Amino acid sequence: MIHTLEDLLIKNGFVVALLATGLIILASSWISTALTNKKIPAAAIAIFAGLLLAYAGGVITEGKKGIADISIFSGFALLGGSMLRDFTIVSTAMGARFSEIKKAGIPGMVSLLVGISLSFFTGAILAALMGYKDAKSMATIGAGACTFIVGPVTGAAVGASSDVIAISIAAGIAKSILVTIGTPIIAKTIGLNNPKAAMIFGGLAGTTSGVAAGLAATDPQLVPYGAITATFYTGLGCLLCPSLFYILLKWMETFAST
Amino acid sequence: MIYGVALLAACYLVGQTLGELLGRWLNINSNVGGVGFAMLLLILVNQWMHQRKWLTTEMEKGILFWSNLYIPVIIAMSSIQDVKAATSGGMIALLAGIIPVALCILMLPLLMRLGNKDVQKIEGEHSSISD
Repeated sequence: MIHTLEDLLIKNGFVVALLATGLIILASSWISTALTNKKIPAAAIAIFAGLLLAYAGGVITEGKKGIADISIFSGFALLGGSMLRDFTIVSTAMGARFSEIKKAGIPGMVSLLVGISLSFFTGAILAALMGYKDAKSMATIGAGACTFIVGPVTGAAVGASSDVIAISIAAGIAKSILVTIGTPIIAKTIGLNNPKAAMIFGGLAGTTSGVAAGLAATDPQLVPYGAITATFYTGLGCLLCPSLFYILLKWMETFAST
Repeated sequence: MIYGVALLAACYLVGQTLGELLGRWLNINSNVGGVGFAMLLLILVNQWMHQRKWLTTEMEKGILFWSNLYIPVIIAMSSIQDVKAATSGGMIALLAGIIPVALCILMLPLLMRLGNKDVQKIEGEHSSISD
């Protein structure tokens, strides 16, 4: 009996994920109203709950895909995968106005360049301080400080060792989680309450999942603006980090050794 | 309703293709701004069709359905992250994940001001032309 039920749930994994997500949101809105007096938005609690589930999934199965590694929850891989993530992000553009985007066009682009280069070089300096002093490792860890995609792409391109690539992925994930949790907390302090600020924020922070989740927990109306710049970040990072930025690091390395 | 969903799908696919092509053209193995292009496209198509009254409320419902699913999808997304790896990647991974992005976000108020100056400058130029 239990076996039949389990088979049924695995076969209909996507529907199970829809139901489970609905229940997570239900529980989160209850916690938000009853325990925090709506001070912490339900979306933020639900996203945090998602991260906790992911951690639990990782501990139970030793896998890399969070809760989706538990077979009855495998549908989460589709519901939370990049296809539906990007599709729903695009659909939020229905609520965005072109005039707002034009207003933040240039600061938005500047924010992308500042965001990528500042992340890369502070990441690389931190790597050097912690003992990874060769240009390859510095570049890879610096790239990981951009996103968990730029890190391994850069590492593969410059030929870094696999443990350094693993560190860069972990750094990128840590960043994404920090942005997810931290955005609603600091939003007020840094003036993140209008479309232009959201676009600059997207360019500075970069991690699409972190920005999207963080803004969703702050104010869903800001999501399309933050996402529109953030989606350029990873691509630009993959372009700049293994090429121009790596060459700069190498040049500094030879300069320092002579 | 399906027309709206199909329109959204068309914007998505065209945008992603542009992103892929831009990535290939720049010689990197990654999609550059595919989602961003798709969003811009949807905004423009939306405005264009709205002006011609081609966009029915039924069609809008199709697109809004997906944008309402946005937060649930993000929750599902956070539940499939490799959170364990992030916490076990050691001190260097945590530091490299936290300090750079904190510095970046501190730049936000600064860049906001830069933007305003630009706008004022442009406005100033306009007024000097009208003078």
